[in-house]
Amino acid sequence: MHRFTRLFIDLDATTRTSEKLTALENYFRSVPPEDGVWALTLLVGKRPRRAISHTEMRRIASERSGIPLWLIAECHDAAGDLSETLALILPESDRCSLRPLHRVFSEWLTPLRNADEPSRALLLNEAWDELDTRQRLVFHKLISGSFRVGVQRRLVVRALANITALDPAIIEHRLNAPWKPTPDDYRRILSPHEHDSDPAAPYPFFLATPIRPSANDPITDDLRWLEHHLADPSDWLAEWKWDGIRAQLIHRPSLTMLWSRGEEHITDAFPELRALGALLPDNTVLDGEIVAWSDQDRPLPFSDLQRRLNRKQRDLMLFDDIPIRFLAYDLLELEGRDLREAPTADRRARLQNICARLASEQHLGVSPTIDFASWEDLAEQRAASRARAVEGIMLKRKSAPYRSGRARGDWWKWKIDPYTIDAVLIYAQRGSGRRASLFTDYTFALWDNGELVPFTKAYSGLSDAEIREVDDFIRKHTTGRQGPIRMVEPRLVFEIGFEGLRESDRHRAGIALRFPRMLRRRTDKSPDQADTLETLRALLHHSRTD
Amino acid sequence: MTADLVVSTDRGLYCPLADIHIDPWRAVDRAIITHAHADHARPGSKTYLCTPESEPILRIRLGKDINIQTLPYNQPLLHNDIRIMLHPAGHVLGSAQVLLEPLGPHARTHRSCCISGDYKTTPDPTCTPFEPVRCEHFITESTFGLPIYRWPDPRIVFDDINAWWHNNQTRSLTSIIYTYALGKAQRLLAGLDPAIGPILVHGAIDRLLPPYRDAGVQLPPTERATADNAKASRGRAMVIAPPSAAGSPWLKKFGKHSDAFASGWMQIRGTRRRRSIDRGFVLSDHADWPGLLSAIEATGASRIGITHGVVTPLARYLREEKSLDAYPISTRFEGEVDDTPETDPATD
Repeated sequence: MHRFTRLFIDLDATTRTSEKLTALENYFRSVPPEDGVWALTLLVGKRPRRAISHTEMRRIASERSGIPLWLIAECHDAAGDLSETLALILPESDRCSLRPLHRVFSEWLTPLRNADEPSRALLLNEAWDELDTRQRLVFHKLISGSFRVGVQRRLVVRALANITALDPAIIEHRLNAPWKPTPDDYRRILSPHEHDSDPAAPYPFFLATPIRPSANDPITDDLRWLEHHLADPSDWLAEWKWDGIRAQLIHRPSLTMLWSRGEEHITDAFPELRALGALLPDNTVLDGEIVAWSDQDRPLPFSDLQRRLNRKQRDLMLFDDIPIRFLAYDLLELEGRDLREAPTADRRARLQNICARLASEQHLGVSPTIDFASWEDLAEQRAASRARAVEGIMLKRKSAPYRSGRARGDWWKWKIDPYTIDAVLIYAQRGSGRRASLFTDYTFALWDNGELVPFTKAYSGLSDAEIREVDDFIRKHTTGRQGPIRMVEPRLVFEIGFEGLRESDRHRAGIALRFPRMLRRRTDKSPDQADTLETLRALLHHSRTD
Repeated sequence: MTADLVVSTDRGLYCPLADIHIDPWRAVDRAIITHAHADHARPGSKTYLCTPESEPILRIRLGKDINIQTLPYNQPLLHNDIRIMLHPAGHVLGSAQVLLEPLGPHARTHRSCCISGDYKTTPDPTCTPFEPVRCEHFITESTFGLPIYRWPDPRIVFDDINAWWHNNQTRSLTSIIYTYALGKAQRLLAGLDPAIGPILVHGAIDRLLPPYRDAGVQLPPTERATADNAKASRGRAMVIAPPSAAGSPWLKKFGKHSDAFASGWMQIRGTRRRRSIDRGFVLSDHADWPGLLSAIEATGASRIGITHGVVTPLARYLREEKSLDAYPISTRFEGEVDDTPETDPATD
């Protein structure tokens, strides 16, 4: 526990990537496998489910510290994080636990989950006796299922690659395969032998970068940016950007698997694709997009696809209802040959070959390339994206290999501009993590018959400075509270951007938005100049008839 | 039966019998100033009363020609049958608690009252240590009036700071610590190990060093940061600057650096992380939760006014858990008290 707490503190204390990398390397170099694998689980795998509720932790801490519950609530409000709050208010301890991390799981976390209430209090007190303040913080996060640390998966992969002297893509590939928190799996992931990879694992996905990736880019016009950075259009291959689930379809002699980009195994949700995969040559891996597909040969909204994913049980009716199609756009492996180093144009030609043989399969398609003579020409075609129910355009360099992760330069996405609407901030809630002591989660409203009707929440899009400003406004203009929610004087107007919208009976305004976020504050608009619900309904109507 | 000697008005705390304000936030005839931070010492009053140690700082802050009368710690001053005494508050150089005691006919009708100003109970070599004052009515600050605030031993914090400085040198990084210009900066200087390397200070801090040195406070040698000495000591120096210097072009001359913030607010991860600094050192010139409770208890007072900080929760805690007659005093700062640091670099 002391070693892992040190790692947590080190990662938490710095914003510098180089320092985080050093901390990770130092940790994984020295940690024994039975602990290292738990650390790895916490950093890149699944967070442990919570073993005890916040309410119960608060109660036991209140009994232990003699601090009344209402005062703990005040402290929580100021610190923004319950794990930290409780760690700080408990009676001080100058001990430091040397208990290894895996025993924290086997002797505290698992028993805590299975114990009755009095035993939970005993266990918690026993742990508090042994841990110092920082260890308590980490421990609280582990048992309450809220463990998070500011380090990207990519960085952990880099650290492991550095200490094993392997290519990060190999580590990534191994982490993609199913593994359990056992010392054996840990040794396998860190094995210095290049070929110790699981055949069922997906390759690391190559992710595209948005064009004009920085908001501060001196070039503010898309076309000029493309001319400047991508230069000759003939070096590039253009495809539609589908609104579906990115996935790899893997066929090996004994198994067919489908993996989503979140490295989730989703084969069971799409049995028709399992059947399709079986028709591919042995040891073949396709990269593409699962899209809900209408009988008019066009994509259906993403929300339809989501209904398929959410089903736990196979529901044949739903499968019929929502037909899907795998639109392949890359070929990573063919008959056991890793093609990722081959140029994109080359891989694409082979892909078309394979798929031509399966042309009669209704669940398979090749994502077509878009012919275009110039960037202006492509821009014109992009303008029709909404009518085609796609999200915009993908640009891939014809000569580039298939890279891993978000490597910049060879794959770009040129998304359509979001829908926008001007709305009024009416409720606010505290954020979490780094933003825990600030009001960062906002609810917005539109006018409807002279009344402001809440229609969406949004959390992202503001700079730190803007967040502080809005936070300050909220504190000074709170008109009421309901639990953690503050009602705020309706004075601030924001431009809300979103990617799509659909009818919803779960939302008071009757419409649900996809990816809502704040584009900017409209300081030039007063609240009465915000949009109406009628405007939003009109957008919904248009999106259906497009 | 007995009344409060000191009441809260729209100009701040006021003793009607003496016709004296304590730390008024608007101009008055007679003001007693607990210490020279901007939220306690405002310009414009006709006469000021403070400790001799506070006087030069007050003149730097409020103007050379203001009318100041000084009163050393623990010496009585009689005014309208009220005895005034200043006691060390341990907050910054010259900081005082103000004890007002009713004499003569007032002694039967009014309670003695001590106004703490800002104070801390932890050791600080740059000012006279806090002294508990017996009184019937105690008006206390509450900046860190929640049990999450418990300060580590300052010696450990200074060890950490010196180790960080040394470690930065091994990586050829200049060390920069942002902290409040009056009090904390000098305390920080006193805790630095000058054997590690040169120490440079921002102008806003430099001008507040003479009152400390003149009062005999031991500070290591410092230089006001200039383009020349900054360049010459890149990768080695420790730089002390006010928070307003963070992110400003002034930093450019120090080359590659690592930065830190020294404040009680650094106890909370969220506030530390939001500042996007490399390190946060928990060092405060205010009392922490145990410090507040022990100071309140040591007064023996049964009536407690709470001001400047986490007012309502502390008042409720004292009422419900300690059975004291505790009540909140609103300050001129509107809205709810924020958990973010004061933007005024002069205050903590």
